[in-house]
Amino acid sequence: MHAFEQLLHGFAVALTPVNLMWCLVGTTLGTAIGVLPGLGPALTIALLLPITFKVEPTAAFILFAGIYYGAMYGGSTTSILLNTPGESATIVTALEGNKMARSGRAGAALATSAIGSFVAGTIGTLGITFLAPIVVDWALKFGPADYFALMLLAFVTVTAVLGSSAVRGMAALFFGIWLGLIGVDLQTGQARFTFGVPELLDGINVIIVAVGLFAVGETLYVASRYKSGTDEIIPLKGSLWMTREEWARSWKPWLRGTALGFPIGAMPAGGAEIPTFLSYFLEKKLSTKPEEFGRGAIEGVAGPEAANNASAAGVLVPMLTLGLPTSATAAIMLSAFQSYGINPGPLLFESQAQLVWGLIASLFIGNVMLLVLNLPMIGLWVKMLRIPAPLLYAGILVFATIGTYGITQSPVDLVLLYLIGGLGYLMRRYDFPTAPVIIGMILGPLAEQNFRQAMTISAGDWTVFFTRPISATILVLALLALAGPKLLGFWQSFRMPAEPMGGDA
Amino acid sequence: MTAPQVIEPVSQPESQAASPRSGLAVGEFCIALGALALAAVILWQTFEIPVSPLYAKVGPTVMPLFTAFGMGLLGALLMVSALRGGWQTDDEKETTPDKVALVWVAAGLILNVLLISQTGFALASIVLFVCTARGFGSRAIVRDALIGLAFALVAYFGFAKTLGINIGAGIIENLLERVFFGSTPN
Repeated sequence: MHAFEQLLHGFAVALTPVNLMWCLVGTTLGTAIGVLPGLGPALTIALLLPITFKVEPTAAFILFAGIYYGAMYGGSTTSILLNTPGESATIVTALEGNKMARSGRAGAALATSAIGSFVAGTIGTLGITFLAPIVVDWALKFGPADYFALMLLAFVTVTAVLGSSAVRGMAALFFGIWLGLIGVDLQTGQARFTFGVPELLDGINVIIVAVGLFAVGETLYVASRYKSGTDEIIPLKGSLWMTREEWARSWKPWLRGTALGFPIGAMPAGGAEIPTFLSYFLEKKLSTKPEEFGRGAIEGVAGPEAANNASAAGVLVPMLTLGLPTSATAAIMLSAFQSYGINPGPLLFESQAQLVWGLIASLFIGNVMLLVLNLPMIGLWVKMLRIPAPLLYAGILVFATIGTYGITQSPVDLVLLYLIGGLGYLMRRYDFPTAPVIIGMILGPLAEQNFRQAMTISAGDWTVFFTRPISATILVLALLALAGPKLLGFWQSFRMPAEPMGGDA
Repeated sequence: MTAPQVIEPVSQPESQAASPRSGLAVGEFCIALGALALAAVILWQTFEIPVSPLYAKVGPTVMPLFTAFGMGLLGALLMVSALRGGWQTDDEKETTPDKVALVWVAAGLILNVLLISQTGFALASIVLFVCTARGFGSRAIVRDALIGLAFALVAYFGFAKTLGINIGAGIIENLLERVFFGSTPN
């Protein structure tokens, strides 16, 4: 029970008043941005990245993790009461949740989603506790060639499996990889793609790209389709206490959703959309009252909400143990690690045991806080939904500007931010996913580094990637992931309906 | 983080959404052209990177070359798709973007860049705030300007000062700083 002992030490770290405060700030902020349309965890954490220069790593990551988990809880409130999913992972919740709210059962829908999130979040965090050390043992055997193969696999899965088109996903990814290449090559000191602009020598800051795509691009997109009418907010009706029947119909979907969400999140494919859709269809199939689906079936809220939160927990496993981010938020968190000079990966659990286990313990505590924040205090968040869109989006742009301009006070960065924002608008309009840009930008340089190390070790022998059993296996998996959906498409004309969204899960 | 959009209970499978179209899709054509142009720029710039013979094995140009070829291939695939009628979903194709709204927001952004180093963050933010709110249909300019100012100041004193990032202070900021803290920054 090594992990258990470590976890107890983690609680000692997380339960100090200062860290509890960070956890509370994070979960509150996370819920708020989850509730507000137009704001997501990747954007929020990107804007808060400068905090890494001021506070110690444990505190910063407790804050970021609180935001990450909180956004998952908050997003469901918006889905249920407004029918406009705040997060891409809560699309499915809107299907049944909004119908429940319309028939006066908003309270029960919010309760089953909050309690389900709590159950899934807690089990998912337990999953991290016990799975992470196993992955670490395994990952210690990895060489640079294996890491490179693993990154290729992640590239393929985040682009080809998620979203509606592998080509568009890949194009977004390659654009991100190129952005990541800009600046001085750390190994040789050569400047690459700087076009003679001295500001570009240090590379493009991920904050600028994330804020440009997720705040500026999103605001432009919403503005282009916004017709000054207000969305209908369904008043909070119905008791927050679930009836005996609602409990009976909820607990199994929670557990099944968790069982789907955590493993899929923990795979290098990541992403919360697929497990939520799978959970929805599974519950529909297993339900004793399938006729209620489409008219407000509580199982259709309970299952996907649990799957969503469990996969959010799962994504942290490859992030912490392998340094492999599979969502935009995880990629931004990885850049926070880099800003501290910490390299996530198997050695993290040895060298930064206090940070890792403090973070995991804070996830347990954060889940409890979020349950309180999202049930008894739900009225507060409903009020936030009433902020008029003009003020909300104007505020988002002002904040985006401060966050970016504040880093260097350079108008060049601001111009770059707005240009990337314009690009983000076009990407939304032409159905390109945006998350692969961020993942490519963060993971691209790491892939290059591992590639070069592998080639140096093998003395320039290209076959090294195919002769090592681990990397060969992973490369085969990557090939399957790339070709698999196509092959499946030939087999059956029906495909998993995974609608691409803003991609900021 | 997504745009408000109404969700239909049944998501359309891709095959249905991309109903058979023919002919050139102009928007998609431009996007594909942009991707190809980017690939060409990457390739051209890659040859500008000096390579020291010391690093002949995997030098600084290997990954850029890979990126250039990848981007080129994807651009070509996008071009094929654009020539065959494009890939935009029907919903997106039928929506005409609200150009007036876009111009207002874009104007706010451009004015912000021009003003921020001249007049300081607060004034530039007010302009950005008012323009954006106008783009979203708000007509209450005075109210928006006041909210924008309050927002900018909260951001300046709360966010920036706590995070220790320094935003270009201007007339309003310095005045308030003197009133509250008795000194001028920098």
